[in-house]
Amino acid sequence: MSTPNLHPGLNLGTRHGAAHEGAETIVFGFWIFLMSDLVIFGLVFASYLTVANPMGMAGGPGPADAFDLRSVFIQTMILLTSSLTFGFATLAMRHEHGRKTIAVWLGASLLLGLGFLVMELRDFAHMIEVGAVPQRSGFWSAFWGLVPLHGLHVTIGCLWIVVMLVQMAVLGLIPVVKTRLLRLGLFWHFLDLIWVAIFSIVYLGGLMP
Amino acid sequence: MTDPDHRSEARLYLAGFGLALTLTLIPFGLVHWRLMQGRALAITIAVLAVAQIVVHLRYFLHINLSRQKREDLQLILFTVLLLAIMAFGTLWIMGNLATRM
Repeated sequence: MSTPNLHPGLNLGTRHGAAHEGAETIVFGFWIFLMSDLVIFGLVFASYLTVANPMGMAGGPGPADAFDLRSVFIQTMILLTSSLTFGFATLAMRHEHGRKTIAVWLGASLLLGLGFLVMELRDFAHMIEVGAVPQRSGFWSAFWGLVPLHGLHVTIGCLWIVVMLVQMAVLGLIPVVKTRLLRLGLFWHFLDLIWVAIFSIVYLGGLMP
Repeated sequence: MTDPDHRSEARLYLAGFGLALTLTLIPFGLVHWRLMQGRALAITIAVLAVAQIVVHLRYFLHINLSRQKREDLQLILFTVLLLAIMAFGTLWIMGNLATRM
């Protein structure tokens, strides 16, 4: 039996003392942010679904003309793997495996996040080439409002990893750095969760026979 | 009350990764090889997506209903309720308008 959690998400554990106790309100606050972000994503999904039909496409290119299932599959694998590597980074912190181990897993997550962004930008370039631009139809306006919004979140997540790598190197594993890493982990896993909805609704839903 | 060791917790992450991987591969396979179509495929993709989201919540975000503090659970459930009202309301109204056009 493990000690009770103070907040949803992986807890630091009692051996971290003040950092663990302090995480309760801080991480709860971050969950409020994540939930408000979830509402934003949910409503952007809803507006996408209202125009994901032939009328919304206004005679312009459809999903089959612009989406590349193979590329989306690779992006999905990259993001899922990055969730695992970030999980290992958080576990290394929880079990005090040292800064170096944490940094290695964080670095792996960062590289995977950047790989995801490169693949996604290549997809976007292809869409622009075939004329699937936001101003073409309501459908593409909604698409460009939804998927790049997630990509923007991943970009910010990558920047945040870089900042945390610097803070770990300069400040060491002080309590505030630990709780920041906890929150970054929640953010990163949350983005992977949103991506499940994106590949299911936008890409698989758009390309299904 | 001792915390589980690193090995068993890492194994849980790997289990979550394996489950999520399976739940990803199935719908991609169904669409790629055109094994199903129409409404049945749409429902299958939706069910697998919800299952994968539950796996992510359970294994990566560690949402555990039995050991949560009450207000955390209320926050998540209330958000889902708000989202359900707003998102399904949007789809309902816009769908209704579309059929009237």
